[in-house]
Amino acid sequence: MRQFSRLSRFNVASLALGLAFLYLPILILVIYSFNASRLVTVWGGWSLRWYHEFFADSAMIEASWMSLRVATTSATIATLLGTLAAVALSRGERFRGRTLFSGMLYAPLVMPEVITGLSLLLLFVALNAERGFWTVTIAHTTLTMCFVAVVVQSRLGSLDRSLEEAAMDLGCAPVRAFLSVTLPLIAPAIVAGWMLAFTLSLDDLVIASFTTGPGSATLPIRIYSEVRLGVKPEINAISTLVIALIAVVIVIASLASKLSSSQGESAAPL
Amino acid sequence: MSARRIFARPARFAAIAPYVWMVLFFLVPFGFVLKISLSQTAIAQPPYEPVFDLTAGWTAIRAAFAALSIDNFRLLTSDDLYVFAYLRSLIVAVTATALLLLIGYPIAYGMARLPKRWQAVAMVLVIVPFWTSFLIRIYAWINILQHDGLLNQILLALNLVGEPVVWLSTDTAMYIGIVYSYLPFMILPLYATLAKMEPALEEAAGDLGAPPWQVFWLVTFPLSLPGVGAGVLLCFIPIVGEFVIPDLLAGSNSLMIGQTLWLEFFTNKDWPVASSAAIVLLVVLLLPLLLYERLQRRQLEER
Repeated sequence: MRQFSRLSRFNVASLALGLAFLYLPILILVIYSFNASRLVTVWGGWSLRWYHEFFADSAMIEASWMSLRVATTSATIATLLGTLAAVALSRGERFRGRTLFSGMLYAPLVMPEVITGLSLLLLFVALNAERGFWTVTIAHTTLTMCFVAVVVQSRLGSLDRSLEEAAMDLGCAPVRAFLSVTLPLIAPAIVAGWMLAFTLSLDDLVIASFTTGPGSATLPIRIYSEVRLGVKPEINAISTLVIALIAVVIVIASLASKLSSSQGESAAPL
Repeated sequence: MSARRIFARPARFAAIAPYVWMVLFFLVPFGFVLKISLSQTAIAQPPYEPVFDLTAGWTAIRAAFAALSIDNFRLLTSDDLYVFAYLRSLIVAVTATALLLLIGYPIAYGMARLPKRWQAVAMVLVIVPFWTSFLIRIYAWINILQHDGLLNQILLALNLVGEPVVWLSTDTAMYIGIVYSYLPFMILPLYATLAKMEPALEEAAGDLGAPPWQVFWLVTFPLSLPGVGAGVLLCFIPIVGEFVIPDLLAGSNSLMIGQTLWLEFFTNKDWPVASSAAIVLLVVLLLPLLLYERLQRRQLEER
């Protein structure tokens, strides 16, 4: 095959090994979640036993429910704020405090989570806010809106501006031009941003541990406290369910970016 | 009038809500960290003093300022525990980032040489693990690395070792976990620069008689440096403050700074010391953070 002619044997080997390294551990985890044996290392045949155990564990179910509510709410607020921020940065030209603004948006992407978590907690304590659902939601929104902003901004940057200009030349007010021309074009990136925010929130342990209160643990907090005590087959089952949920989310997000790539460049890599 | 100009004003209004949000929930909290890092530990709820009370009038504020102390910072610099934790964090981050570059580069290079259609598939395959839960991926490795886990079973079956090897609670396990979790962050920026590179450049060097390793070292690698920089920063900064991976995979005899901060906060309930640790961590990371911010802004805004 000529199209593969640029690949050396070394390239093929590193690709194969790299992908195996990325996927094998997850695959093993999923397979062992169907293991009938209590010992994680002994294969006792296929079984759904650990899934039954999970659905009977009310603390885990409650934590899952809490996580899903936080993820949905925070992803929605984050998408709204993140999109606004992206529009301001890519269409707003210069405004006062712009450097500070972009700095505040990009820093949380790499900021160690212990710092973000601790600082938000101290704020909530100073405000005397009752810690629980809303404090975690606000904390997650603060983190994930930055990811949304990057995804949407990268889409806005690759967009052909003449479309907006044409709309306005034809007499559209700027806001109207944005709503009826730009917004539909960046919609796939906005959907992808929501999905990313949702999965990040569902995944977060550190920030949630700092900002939640007694009695409102999220799923990662519960999983973490179980994992510290050792491997339990039930955790494999929960993990598999989370992976399945996220897989569905990824399929939807990639369908959305398919839509966007048929209209131009594809959405941001994240 | 160009659309740029007309759009500018409403777009500026769009900044208001996210701006206020970030100032309130990102910038202001750092003020509280700084303030509490300067206060005394107390057995109370919340466990620190002085409590800053603006309603108490000017003298109270003056008294509060007088009570601020740098004792916590003095503790951080005098106690070996913390000094070692910072050093260990930096060493782990440097080592892990170097490993990530060594492992990620060949993968990104292979991706960039795939036919265009396959490149998109490979990119999705690299991104997908980033979307699946971080904690779960670490847990997956605990499954594999535990005493009677899959790795030891395979090694024993192949007669490579006589008895099970201890993997968990070692630095090896921690490095495996870090490399595994951060690999997509290294591969993606590398791939982005390598894919944009003109293949004719490498071909020309080869045609002029350069052996493959020289083509790589003199042409490919220097041209990919922006991607290397982005990948290194994207991995290095969060790894310095990493908590979950060393906590679950490394031994407990030497801690990273993220772990000591967590310990001070949740176990010792010493909020002022935890806050001081956070401030010092932030200062250590300030330069890489500024570099990263500039890189990100240039990449997104100067198209």
